[in-house]
Amino acid sequence: MTASHVLLEMRRITKEFPGVRALDEVTMQVRRGDIHAICGENGAGKSTLMKVLSGVYPHGTYEGQIMFEGSEMNFSTIKSSEEKGIVIIHQELALIPELSVAENIFLGSEIMRGRLIDWEASRLRAMDLLARVGLDIDPDTAIKSLGVGQQQLVEIAKALSKDVKLLILDEPTSALNEDDSANLLDLMRGLKAKGITCIMISHKLNEIAAVSDAVTVIRDGRTVETYEVVAGHVDEDRIIRAMVGRSIENRYPSREPHIGDELMEVRGWNVEHPSIPGRLIVNDAHFTLRRGEVVGFAGLMGAGRTELARSIFGRSYGTWLSGQLILDGEEIAPKNVEQAIAAGIAYVTEDRKTLGLNLIDSIKKTIVSANLRDIVTRGLLQPRKENKVAEKYRKELRIKAPSVDVGVSTLSGGNQQKVVLAKWMYPAPKVLILDEPTRGIDVGAKYEIYKLIHSLANDGKAVMVISSELPELLGICDRIYTICEGRITGELAASDADQETLMRRMTTTSATAPAAPALIA
Amino acid sequence: MKHLKQIFGGSLQQYTMGLALILLVVVFNLVSGGRMLTSSNFQNLISGNAYVLILAIGMVMVIVIGQIDLSVGSVAGFVGMVTALSIAQYGFPWWAGMLLGLVAGIVVGAWQGFWLAKIGIPGFITTLAGMMIFRGLVIWMSKSISVPVPKQFQFLGAGYLPEWGPAWTGMNNSTLLLGLIGAAWFVRSEMNRRRHLMERGQEVPLWASLVRIVLLVTVIGYVTYLFGSGRPGTSFPIPGVILVILVIIYHVLTHRTRFGRHIYAVGGNKAAAALSGVNTQRTYFLVMMNMSFLAAIAGILFIGRATAAGPSDGTMWELDAIAAVFIGGAAVSGGIGTVIGSIIGGLVMAVLNSGLMLMGVGADQTQVIKGLVLLAAVAFDVYNKQQGRSSIIGHLMRNFGSGGDNEAGSTTAGSITGQAELPSAGGPVVDAIDTMPEPAQR
Repeated sequence: MTASHVLLEMRRITKEFPGVRALDEVTMQVRRGDIHAICGENGAGKSTLMKVLSGVYPHGTYEGQIMFEGSEMNFSTIKSSEEKGIVIIHQELALIPELSVAENIFLGSEIMRGRLIDWEASRLRAMDLLARVGLDIDPDTAIKSLGVGQQQLVEIAKALSKDVKLLILDEPTSALNEDDSANLLDLMRGLKAKGITCIMISHKLNEIAAVSDAVTVIRDGRTVETYEVVAGHVDEDRIIRAMVGRSIENRYPSREPHIGDELMEVRGWNVEHPSIPGRLIVNDAHFTLRRGEVVGFAGLMGAGRTELARSIFGRSYGTWLSGQLILDGEEIAPKNVEQAIAAGIAYVTEDRKTLGLNLIDSIKKTIVSANLRDIVTRGLLQPRKENKVAEKYRKELRIKAPSVDVGVSTLSGGNQQKVVLAKWMYPAPKVLILDEPTRGIDVGAKYEIYKLIHSLANDGKAVMVISSELPELLGICDRIYTICEGRITGELAASDADQETLMRRMTTTSATAPAAPALIA
Repeated sequence: MKHLKQIFGGSLQQYTMGLALILLVVVFNLVSGGRMLTSSNFQNLISGNAYVLILAIGMVMVIVIGQIDLSVGSVAGFVGMVTALSIAQYGFPWWAGMLLGLVAGIVVGAWQGFWLAKIGIPGFITTLAGMMIFRGLVIWMSKSISVPVPKQFQFLGAGYLPEWGPAWTGMNNSTLLLGLIGAAWFVRSEMNRRRHLMERGQEVPLWASLVRIVLLVTVIGYVTYLFGSGRPGTSFPIPGVILVILVIIYHVLTHRTRFGRHIYAVGGNKAAAALSGVNTQRTYFLVMMNMSFLAAIAGILFIGRATAAGPSDGTMWELDAIAAVFIGGAAVSGGIGTVIGSIIGGLVMAVLNSGLMLMGVGADQTQVIKGLVLLAAVAFDVYNKQQGRSSIIGHLMRNFGSGGDNEAGSTTAGSITGQAELPSAGGPVVDAIDTMPEPAQR
């Protein structure tokens, strides 16, 4: 391609955080007028790259060059990149719910007459912009009364108000339903026709197939490949291979599984988003767990894995609509966490610090916190029993701490996770749901946690493991379900599965016909 | 220093506040020429502050769950007036009036708890409204006139324990008995503590335990003497007895029951508590209800001491109670604070009041000094937390092994207080991952 066709070129971008090289000599070119998709696993570095491009990470905090319209750019703030016409729309919308559409569009670049805001001109210009994104609403409407899809369009209108040349959309459809997604993709085609270049970060291969002209795949902070998409056709296999493309080393303990009879079954499980009525977060889920079995749940972030788990765990997420939960041959309906724990279900959250731990507690208080009844005699907690229990788990799980009186905040991630696991082993649950059990912990501690998971299964419990790391699931599970957009899209024996098959089912809702994306209107 | 540590064990710091209180008393005694440490001054100190200290017991629980109750003064005044009017106007017997007052307190608490726990209005707003509503009701009901109460209330609010037994003890024998019970209990709990520590393989030299026992028994003995040797007919005051009973009950409730654990869990991390099976709404509700119940007791004691219920009873009490709790080491962000700490905090304020008055310092200057003490106490606490050490009184609750020689990571200081955490600019974990918002927040 010739230089005049290239709008943006990022050359050998390297970005390091203390201890982590998030981007390693990433290079990519974006042609003028294209819709350019960026793919990669969670944590591959896509968002970091976009933050470098938009000036969130200012010039000087990274290495490499950004060439935009033929000249080198040294952005120091988001504002400086916006002045050049690069606008980023983040995954989490940055609109202010209480303000009106017009106020939001011109926030930070208000239309002035003298020293005062010219509201009349603002409204007229807002109406013009709204028309361009196909949104037929009054500019005085408050943002909070709009749906997520409409809010997304307002964001785009806001970007257009800034004379945008390059629009970056970070997972634009992750919060949208199918109609709104299709609508947004249409709009992107329309913008393209008007000469606006788009970069779209997306996990959804069918969307990429529908709109993009070129795809760049990033893995572990490196550009894997960039290639053209011809006439709306994407070689999904190639993308999937590029996204996962690493081998499983011997990082997982071996185990002889002893799988028993069925312990838990979930049938026709439907859960609605807590604040967006009509949006199904879990859509007709059906799965089973057997005694002594480790069952993996693979899905990209936002696919509904955590939401499924938490809705089973005492309906602690979303609005439960329908479905049956059968545990040990009996149908149960735990309506709150207390009942779920009593029924024999434990849930270890993916977010240790904000949902799993009270950081001002000591190890022993944390370990007993989900099963206080067991250390109560005649209404009083028994400190000696508390100590005994905590000491037992400290030794069993080899939690590295001088004593069980130490605060959990002083522990390393791996040891914190062991404390949380001890907390949920203590109530002696039948089913343990582990959500990202090895997130943010080092390799050594991971190995210990894998062994722990296996020993729990060998004790006859059913262990459900949710993870974004496919090698991990393949390495420790007996069976794996895949989830995409709230639906269970596949069930595979771990021995039959590989990363490509899993990734395919994690990115396509129709498991039977993966090559024909259903979404394209 | 090593020896001090052996005497006070891992909890050296938890005595700091207590020692500061003793020091304050001694200094005031010297400056005022011995007028601080007299029987009548201490008897007054206790019966004149018992109601605020009782409020502080409830307030620390409210603050631990991360809320605040601004209505306690109005509620205390309201309950006092309901009690007085039911007796004076409707001819209730004194005990029925008192019972009615306590029930009124519980009902008021349920009302506040309802708005906070079920509707989700922050405690600050709920109780600000309560403060206006109940103050208004007091004035309305009383038509701005004081209503006298029967003698029995004076016994509760300002009475003394009976005299009995031999005179050769030279003091009030009821007080003496209480002192002996207190000393015996302390010796027993010290022996128990020692046994438990030895069982866990820690070394506790015998002399250290003995020094502890001698020191604390001396203090208890002196306080007993102080209260018991006043003019005939006086003793450790009845409101003090009620206070001590409540402190024991609530200390046990907060530290040795599931409900107590739930309070700290909800205050420390509400979402984590909910995912551990804690009914957070119920916890909020009960803590608010309990606060108003204690405010009712405080109100009843006060009308006893004042011999009448007045329309402005309880004005500003909430602020004294809140100050006591924060001087006592509670955290504004919730999750940290103890009943004992708050009582010590309240006593610091009371001793300041009394000592400054003895020195002839005016009420205006006293206010200024009390304000500065509150700021200094909390600033000291915040500073300590930023340095990665936990608060003095936080140690009471957390009972950390040995005063901060954990393998402390430098990352921990911020996460405890939530203050030192910087926005994500440059945080590798946050930024290197393409994070989706947490389901709970979406």
